[in-house]
Amino acid sequence: MLTRILSKVALALMVGLLAGCQGGVLDPKGQVGIEEKQLIIVATLLMLVVVIPVIFMTLYFAWKYREGRDEIYEPKWSHSTKIETVVWAIPVIIVIILGVITWKSTHALDPYKPLKSDKDHINVQVVSMNWKWLFIYPDLGIASVNELRFPENVPVAFQISSEGTMNSFFIPQLGSQIYSMAGMVTKLHLIANEPGTFDGYSANYSGPGFTNMKFKAIATETQADFDAWVAGVKAESIAGSTNNGILDQASYDKLAEYDLHAPVHEATPVQYYGSIKPGIFNDNVMKFMKDHGKVELLKGTTFDSNMIQGNSNHGEMNHGEMNHGEMEMNHESSENSSHEMHMEADK
Amino acid sequence: MSILGKLSLDAIPFHEPILIVTFSVIAIGALALAFLLIKYNLLGILWRDWLTSIDHKRLGVMYIVLALIMLLRGFSDAIMMRLQLALATNGDPGYLPPHHYDQVFTAHGVIMIIFMAMPFMIGLMNIVVPLQIGARDVAFPFLNNLSFWLTAGGAILINISLFVGEFAKTGWVAYPPLAGLEFSPDVGVDYYIWALQISGIGTTLTAVNFLATVFKMRAPGMKLMDMPIFTWTCTWANILIAASFPILTAVLAMLTLDRYLDFHFFTNDGGGNSMMYINLFWAWGHPEVYILVLPAFGIFSEVVSTFTGKRLFGYKSMVWATASISILGFIVWLHHFFTMGSSANVNAFFGVMTMIIAVPTGVKLFNWLFTMYRGRLRVTVPVLWTLGFMVTFTIGGMTGVLLAVPGADYVLHNSLFLIAHFHNTIIGGAVFGYLAGFVFWFPKVMGFHLNVKLGKAAFWCWLVGFFMAFMPLYVLGFLGMTRRLNHTDNPDWNIWLYIALVGAFIIMAGIICQLLQLYVSFRDRKQNLDTTGDPWNGHTLEWSTASPPQYYNFANIPTVSDIDAFTDMKEKGEAYVRHEKYEAIHMPKNTASGMLISGCITLMGFALIWHIWWLAALGLFGGFVFLVLRAYTKDVDYYVQPDEVARIENAHLDNVAKG
Repeated sequence: MLTRILSKVALALMVGLLAGCQGGVLDPKGQVGIEEKQLIIVATLLMLVVVIPVIFMTLYFAWKYREGRDEIYEPKWSHSTKIETVVWAIPVIIVIILGVITWKSTHALDPYKPLKSDKDHINVQVVSMNWKWLFIYPDLGIASVNELRFPENVPVAFQISSEGTMNSFFIPQLGSQIYSMAGMVTKLHLIANEPGTFDGYSANYSGPGFTNMKFKAIATETQADFDAWVAGVKAESIAGSTNNGILDQASYDKLAEYDLHAPVHEATPVQYYGSIKPGIFNDNVMKFMKDHGKVELLKGTTFDSNMIQGNSNHGEMNHGEMNHGEMEMNHESSENSSHEMHMEADK
Repeated sequence: MSILGKLSLDAIPFHEPILIVTFSVIAIGALALAFLLIKYNLLGILWRDWLTSIDHKRLGVMYIVLALIMLLRGFSDAIMMRLQLALATNGDPGYLPPHHYDQVFTAHGVIMIIFMAMPFMIGLMNIVVPLQIGARDVAFPFLNNLSFWLTAGGAILINISLFVGEFAKTGWVAYPPLAGLEFSPDVGVDYYIWALQISGIGTTLTAVNFLATVFKMRAPGMKLMDMPIFTWTCTWANILIAASFPILTAVLAMLTLDRYLDFHFFTNDGGGNSMMYINLFWAWGHPEVYILVLPAFGIFSEVVSTFTGKRLFGYKSMVWATASISILGFIVWLHHFFTMGSSANVNAFFGVMTMIIAVPTGVKLFNWLFTMYRGRLRVTVPVLWTLGFMVTFTIGGMTGVLLAVPGADYVLHNSLFLIAHFHNTIIGGAVFGYLAGFVFWFPKVMGFHLNVKLGKAAFWCWLVGFFMAFMPLYVLGFLGMTRRLNHTDNPDWNIWLYIALVGAFIIMAGIICQLLQLYVSFRDRKQNLDTTGDPWNGHTLEWSTASPPQYYNFANIPTVSDIDAFTDMKEKGEAYVRHEKYEAIHMPKNTASGMLISGCITLMGFALIWHIWWLAALGLFGGFVFLVLRAYTKDVDYYVQPDEVARIENAHLDNVAKG
């Protein structure tokens, strides 16, 4: 009886939570997040099939076989092949089902996999800095700090790196997060299926200013709204905003400055760059290799890091995958190299 | 550079009122303790019977005292964090600035895992395992003493960091590049490194010691598959320690080289790669959680089978389930960073491997259930902890499997959902287990019972407090709140943060009940003596000794022919046999060498933290000298004479006869 009431309360609470959630991962506004929410619910229900009986049996057995009741007492009974088979079999079955779901969903939700859409994706290069986010739009030639804008229903392909410490790029309402790491590029694909302003964070602690390392992800209602914003940033004509001119190495370095021992680390206000030096993202990913001497490439050729400094055209380096953990140094043709990467892993 | 390296008066945090007050309270407490020890003339006893003791039971007690002290320290950190997060809402900065708060959450994690849970587990293992296998001590009694003092040395270092300098501000995982010199130039990470390194070596030595003990010193007749289940789970934990702690030692050594000698293992530049640290850290870190929880599983098994008055259901299943958990525990580490960008195949593999661990764990739960089935369950305090565990841990296991699904982890990783999950398994699994074991074996070790009323009150406070403190964190995780935030600005989160704070205060009430329980039980000990040595009608050999056990454990090593060796002896009428003659017993002598060696090594650690190179060299040299001196000491053992054994045994048997 007690357990029944408890389970009812629990169910009511869960339903209440699921319905009442605003702004969390159970209130997704994009395809990736929606699929992940469904996955969480399915997996939880599947596990409750075992969990609820176990909790019930624990309380029931403890009550039924407590001292002072006239129940059967078999002090030497300690083995039953039937029961042992069942207690191994039940979790095995649940885990097999869950394992299949896991295998399939992990491939379906692979953050590196481009999202299917009838619209072309937007490329955004993300750099985590101490303690702010820089978003570079390489194809549009603009950049912004702590504000990320894209149209709804248009997939966004993120290339993510870090200027220093490791962070995790996370917009809970849109779905998956991925780490940002210096000298490496990770990838993530997200989409917003509704217009709105969503909270974005670093989900990985990165030092004293970490808490204020927040940004707004804004999905505009139409492509035109987005285009107007891009034009505004380029023309440096967005009212009340800070326009920093061109994002070149000098202004990049200025933006990246931080004071580890400052008494307070305020949030960095939104800023825009109306133009960018081409390849600024790759330059800064690769700069950690400067003192690295010669680096072996996967394909057997040797890559001299001095090439980077003198050569701003990165076309030559396409598909040049460093044997550097699992991350490849990737370039404009990110989709292709991502596939190659995975195919190699699959082999 | 000055003769004191980086150390100067600036390292003392005079400007931090919280720390100054804490320091004053601790100083006054220490003075009061010293006064009492002198007043009651206990210093000699403390030195002879405890600090220099190499008796596994006394070392076990000292481990548990260390664990309880560190529990208070780690719990103070917890209350400070919950209070900060409950105050620092709607954009309010709260009372703990990041500089302080970041040290608090780092210290909380390190202390609770390395200096609370580990010593508690190792303490119980120290007390119980040799008794359960019918041995007179561990294989290497002096090494056991050294291990304890190395652990204590690490704990001392981490506590010094409160008042001299600062602790790491990196989170307990100390991921580079944040933990590297570039982003953590201060001494905090060095305190972290040397506290973990010194205590970690102690832990590794403990594992080696106990493996040798269990494999070589079992009573005649006790086959491996006759070992009590707690001994089995400790043995698997020791195998895990022996296999995984060297990884921690190595990865910390590499971080040390990065920080001290300009190496580039994990730096951003110079060809370093922090992903290596993260992989290696969790190659230790994941087995570590099984090191903590497997012995707790063993305790629950002992408690359930003892208090139902039944044999443990499915002993072999239990042993093999423990074995599978241990082995699988080594091939799941990547689930701590599904979001690092591994390919879908890699993530899916580690996700599925993690889920498979749920199978043997589920089997264990069912086996405890069927041990209760057709038993006569006496609902004592250890049983309450066990039932509380079974309900709580099932939920924690479920959320763990959910996190093992990479697609779910992509949105739950590093959120408060994760924090709720691992507290759910570590508190609801490991800590509940240790507390069950504490009450269960307390009369065995101390010779008197713990107060039942306060024990029950403590349990209910812990259970209710746990649910109130951590269930809101699951909700906050779903609401998108990430871990290690210093302040928040989201009105939807506030209510849950307040509930969690109330929960933490209820747990505090539980801890206060436990402290009161210790005081009241000690005060009333004369009325609650355990004279028989077998207060619970136990199954295993530790209950065949007196309470507290004779310092040589067994006058005659028993011959074992059943898993429940002592129950078997009682049924055959072989328990409590009065012998005519006893033989002399060969015993090791106490020594101060462990304290001296560890003291020197701890001094070396402190000197290295502050770059006082001459003192570091001196510490290392001193440790080496004391080790060599010990190695060449011939006066290390003695014989307990037969008449002394006969006197002690007869006194015990007289007590048993009286009931």
